[in-house]
Amino acid sequence: MVKKIYFQSIFFSFFFIKEAFAAESGGMPQLNPEFWISQIFWLVLTFGIMYLVLSKLILPKISNNLESRKSQILENIEAAEKQREDSDAKLKEYDEIISKSKHEANGIFNQAREKALKDIATKREVLDKQIDNEIAEAEKEINALRKNAPDKINKIAIETSSELLQKLIGANVNNSSISAIVDDLSKRNGDKYYGN
Amino acid sequence: MAANPMSQFDVYRIGPEIKVGAFDISFTNASLFMILSTVSILLIFNLGSKKNSILPNKIQLLAELSYTFVSKMISDTAGSKAKPYFAFIFSLFMFVLFCNMFGMIPYTFTVTSHIIVTFVLAAFIFIGVTVIGFIKHGLGYLKLFVPSGVPAVLLPLIVVIEIISYLSRPISLSVRLFANMMAGHTMMKVFGGFVISLGIVGGWLPLSFSVALTGLEILVAFLQAYVFAILTCIYLNDALNLHH
Repeated sequence: MVKKIYFQSIFFSFFFIKEAFAAESGGMPQLNPEFWISQIFWLVLTFGIMYLVLSKLILPKISNNLESRKSQILENIEAAEKQREDSDAKLKEYDEIISKSKHEANGIFNQAREKALKDIATKREVLDKQIDNEIAEAEKEINALRKNAPDKINKIAIETSSELLQKLIGANVNNSSISAIVDDLSKRNGDKYYGN
Repeated sequence: MAANPMSQFDVYRIGPEIKVGAFDISFTNASLFMILSTVSILLIFNLGSKKNSILPNKIQLLAELSYTFVSKMISDTAGSKAKPYFAFIFSLFMFVLFCNMFGMIPYTFTVTSHIIVTFVLAAFIFIGVTVIGFIKHGLGYLKLFVPSGVPAVLLPLIVVIEIISYLSRPISLSVRLFANMMAGHTMMKVFGGFVISLGIVGGWLPLSFSVALTGLEILVAFLQAYVFAILTCIYLNDALNLHH
């Protein structure tokens, strides 16, 4: 019921609106030529001024701004690319230097080792020679001592025998005859006492 | 008076009557809104082009987006040859857009709802495009009326149709904008009148309609400005790159 009244009231109001509009309608103001010249004049004036200001002052600035931004961004990208390339090159260089120095260090180490080994070898040779010399000398001395030892023993033997004889018999016996006997004995038994 | 949906289109004098010879060039409400539109356009774009920062602020972004929008529209429809006419089409688009949008504010006057304004713009475009066409192609521009690949028998008929369609360009261009603006604003006024006369009980229905219409009209205001500019580009394309 309420709904019906609502729509009825809307429907009836249309009539009133129509009457209200009809009372004042005077056609389209657009077709009234009274202000046409004025409108044309002001349109040409305002649009003309706006066109001139836009085309001569503002639009070139905007296009300039856009272009400079574009070029700046491109430049920055280029610079970034270049820096990346630079850093790549630097990295490569660094790697090269590292590997080169490693190589060098290895070489130096090897050289040092070889040198040390050589040094040791030469020193050992010298020492060996010295030792050999000393051994040879010692042997020579021993040999000399060994050679001289029977003579000295014989001499002692002769002296002691002559003194013994003097004490035992009280007579001076000729040394030469004793020495002949000792020589003879030592020749016969030399091997037994001296190991010759 | 306020109830009449056409009274919003009345032009009235502001200040004294100015006469130059026999012509009345008085300052009217139409002149006021033309000046308002152009001044706001110049203000916005001046602010938008003042500083050039790498990261644009809002107003600069607005100006630059409008610039690229119009520039792309021109290069898409009329090619690279239309570059010298960029400033004109840009001003045209912005002028029509701002006049339409100013008209959407209640109690304002819509400059573009007057046939004389749109017709002057359209006639200027028509004459300008025709002159450009004849300068670029000489009498060869008349080939525009003779489409290729049409049987010889039909040719006289086609040529007549082409000429009529060419001559009706300024009328269709101006009437399209004027009629859209006038119809939209009249309709909004009519629905606004319904809201008042139906009162608190029945006024809600036309009010909701009015709200929806406002949204639609804002869309139409942009769309008609775009259509006006893009049709200008298409006419310019015909004049510059004669390939019919």
